[in-house]
Amino acid sequence: MTLDSKVPSGPLADKWDRHRFESKLVNPANRRRHTVIVVGTGLAGGSAASSLGELGYNVLSFCIHDSARRAHSIAAQGGINAAKNYQNDGDSIQRLFYDTIKGGDYRAREANVFRLAQLSVNIIDQCVAQGVPFAREYGGQLDNRSFGGAQVSRTFYARGQTGQQLLLGAYQSMMRQVERGTVSLFTNREMLDLVVIDGRARGIICRNLITGELERYVADAVCLATGGYGTAYYLSTNAVNSNVTAAWRAHKRGALFANPCFTQIHPTCIPVSGDDQSKLTLMSESLRNDGRVWVPKNAGDKRHPKDIPDSERDYYLERKYPSFGNLVPRDVASRNAKSVCDDGRGVGESGLAVYLDFRDAIGRLGRDTIAARYGNLFEMYRKITDEDPYSEPMRMYPAIHYTMGGLWVDYNLMSNLPGLHVLGEANFSDHGANRLGASALMQGLADGYFVIPYTLAHYIASTPLPKVTTDHEAFAEAEAAVQGRISRILSVRGSRTPRELHRELGRLMWDEVGMSRNEAGLKRALARIPQLREEFWQNVSVPGEPNNLNKNLEYAGRVADYLEFAELLALDALERTESCGGHFREESQTPEGEAQRDDAQFSYAAAWEFNGVGTKPTLHKEALTFEYVKPSQRSYK
Amino acid sequence: MRIHLRVWRQAGPTAPGKIEIYTQENVSPDMSFLEMLDVVNEGLIKKGEEPIAFDSDCREGICGTCGFMINGRPHGPEPCTTVCQLHMRTFNDGDVITLEPWRAQAFPVLRDLVVDRSAFDRIIQAGGYTSVNVGGAPDGNALPISKDSAEQAFDAAQCIGCGACVATCKNASAALFTSAKIAHLAHLPQGQVERTTRVVSMVERMDAEGFGSCSNEGECEAVCPKGISLGNIATMNREYLRALLGKT
Repeated sequence: MTLDSKVPSGPLADKWDRHRFESKLVNPANRRRHTVIVVGTGLAGGSAASSLGELGYNVLSFCIHDSARRAHSIAAQGGINAAKNYQNDGDSIQRLFYDTIKGGDYRAREANVFRLAQLSVNIIDQCVAQGVPFAREYGGQLDNRSFGGAQVSRTFYARGQTGQQLLLGAYQSMMRQVERGTVSLFTNREMLDLVVIDGRARGIICRNLITGELERYVADAVCLATGGYGTAYYLSTNAVNSNVTAAWRAHKRGALFANPCFTQIHPTCIPVSGDDQSKLTLMSESLRNDGRVWVPKNAGDKRHPKDIPDSERDYYLERKYPSFGNLVPRDVASRNAKSVCDDGRGVGESGLAVYLDFRDAIGRLGRDTIAARYGNLFEMYRKITDEDPYSEPMRMYPAIHYTMGGLWVDYNLMSNLPGLHVLGEANFSDHGANRLGASALMQGLADGYFVIPYTLAHYIASTPLPKVTTDHEAFAEAEAAVQGRISRILSVRGSRTPRELHRELGRLMWDEVGMSRNEAGLKRALARIPQLREEFWQNVSVPGEPNNLNKNLEYAGRVADYLEFAELLALDALERTESCGGHFREESQTPEGEAQRDDAQFSYAAAWEFNGVGTKPTLHKEALTFEYVKPSQRSYK
Repeated sequence: MRIHLRVWRQAGPTAPGKIEIYTQENVSPDMSFLEMLDVVNEGLIKKGEEPIAFDSDCREGICGTCGFMINGRPHGPEPCTTVCQLHMRTFNDGDVITLEPWRAQAFPVLRDLVVDRSAFDRIIQAGGYTSVNVGGAPDGNALPISKDSAEQAFDAAQCIGCGACVATCKNASAALFTSAKIAHLAHLPQGQVERTTRVVSMVERMDAEGFGSCSNEGECEAVCPKGISLGNIATMNREYLRALLGKT
């Protein structure tokens, strides 16, 4: 199989314009005759469904939640980047492109990233027109803040709830289309298989989570916008229902899965407090605008932070990275937090935390200004920890947050399976090996509002799509496979709960495939995961019936998929012996302990082809070539 | 801590329900309420019994998925807190805690503590948006919006759609939810074009969904996990009257 990225030729800045012109169109009167399935209603799925509905396609939209407004995009706090240069501080599309591709440690496609930077400005305009209440200056202009990995202020925000407001904007647009009848919304539905007919994605099998019925839906194309796989680690900042199932089932039907080892560990999360904890809570990266990160200079210093004088504090990010200081990218901040904790200088009861201190900012700007900027985050921290960040520093530790890897897609956001398009976090395309803060919202909305309307039209207009119905044997086969899997899970009646098995998998992944990885650990993980999978199928306990609301059955199905997927993640991490971005291989580091890339060997996207559970997948390489930027050792010093 | 739970169990939408009693030992005060329920459910699964069904997702108080009555109060005793952000340190060793689903005609119970809130979506569908298609939006800074207006709009827009306002209201009114969206868009220049049609359409849909009328008791504001102000309902009523009088 050869992977064709379908990147248009010509100068970088003209590629997208030319591609749009060269793409075929679907006549407005014909669009309603074409059905498009969109799975997921986060920023990518919601914006795709609404913009395709506006154009007049017959859109079927699916989500696992009880409402399309609840997808996990809603939890994004800090903001969304755009190259508006409203601050006159040297920003440009070129610079956003450069920062993003450098931030991704030169493991993303130039053309995709440039398009993302171009579209960023349209996103802000569209969202303002929708009534998204972005933060404003006193003169009525949009306000900006800085985020990690950038030396300009280009992040637009709505207090600490930017994801919520952008998602509600997309949701409301989509509900407008539901009212108009162009979008049919199916809530409480979980996609459990992709239906492929004559080599093309033509439908999905869903389970109705209220009645338990399996349902068949047919379409001319399928768009997956089902998010990332961070909950493979059990504890993460993701919502508890976030899962890899839809993407994994598509992978098992032939879609390649790219760069699964590129996982992002967010540096500022509230540390783990107990064994029964169900998730970790992120504190926005924006806090690093004003908060200073430090640990005691001396290992084992257990004094209260207030009793440690400045001379005995190590503001290690400011010391090591003077030009970016506390605003280094996430991977750099996370690795440094781990490193000081490994030195025995971590704080809090567990010793697995660093301080994020607002003392100086409150002194400089006053409590009211800090409250206006971060009030809701401080309140959230207080509720969870029972400590007041206005009077003592926050304790922070890295946690799994975002996954750069995902289903392989070309420039048109189409996977190697014709008709299957993948949007947002679920694809692999734009963030390389590390995503910069405030770029996930940007990518989700760029894909849904501005890319898919063009590329999907081209696919539909240039592809013969013979009429098929849900009576086709491929639907029957897929439904029977789903039914078989559900029956098998229910028939085990063992003694271990899905949560216990998920937690055990998560600990293994965090220990061996987490913030820093080495060959021995990865091999241990690869040996252990199949045993855990076997344990699941021999000994899982799922009481109840398949034909009603059974949350434990839903959960068990997702855990079963993670027990297959985790093996691919670990294998990808093992094969990539270089360090890059969020993937840090201990064997490959510079003398200063920074990630050491190996461009000669690894300047490619690793796209894996499924060959059966427990069978080694086939690796396909998409070579990454850089015409406009020169890959160099990233430096934030 | 030892916690005694009295939990509404109902197998399906048409099945009869009843209160069941469970006791959980070794509850840590640092656990969230939902993590405590996770532990109870783990115990039930181990015994081969069906776990208590409840909704939750983000577990950081922003998605609006979770919510049930705790001792007769939506989301429990802490002000401005969703149940996923409620911690067991709020309770005492030996407490008896009663859990029931939201109860409202427009929110039928699906199972145990899970209810159908799709009526909220249909209210938004009736007009909770600005009718602008993708493409051609003017520059974001072309329309200056005063900081005060943006802040007021934001205060209303942060409603998470959990349904606590309906659950606590003796009339099961959705006035706080509906008014929050109307007020969000009414405070912004982008919302002005459809100001009149929006309020009429959303209020009519709210009534058609079977929610009761607002009688200004203010319980909704008191239990709202996001502190959405009762003032939004006044704004909605004013907008509605204005629309009926045909003023533009």
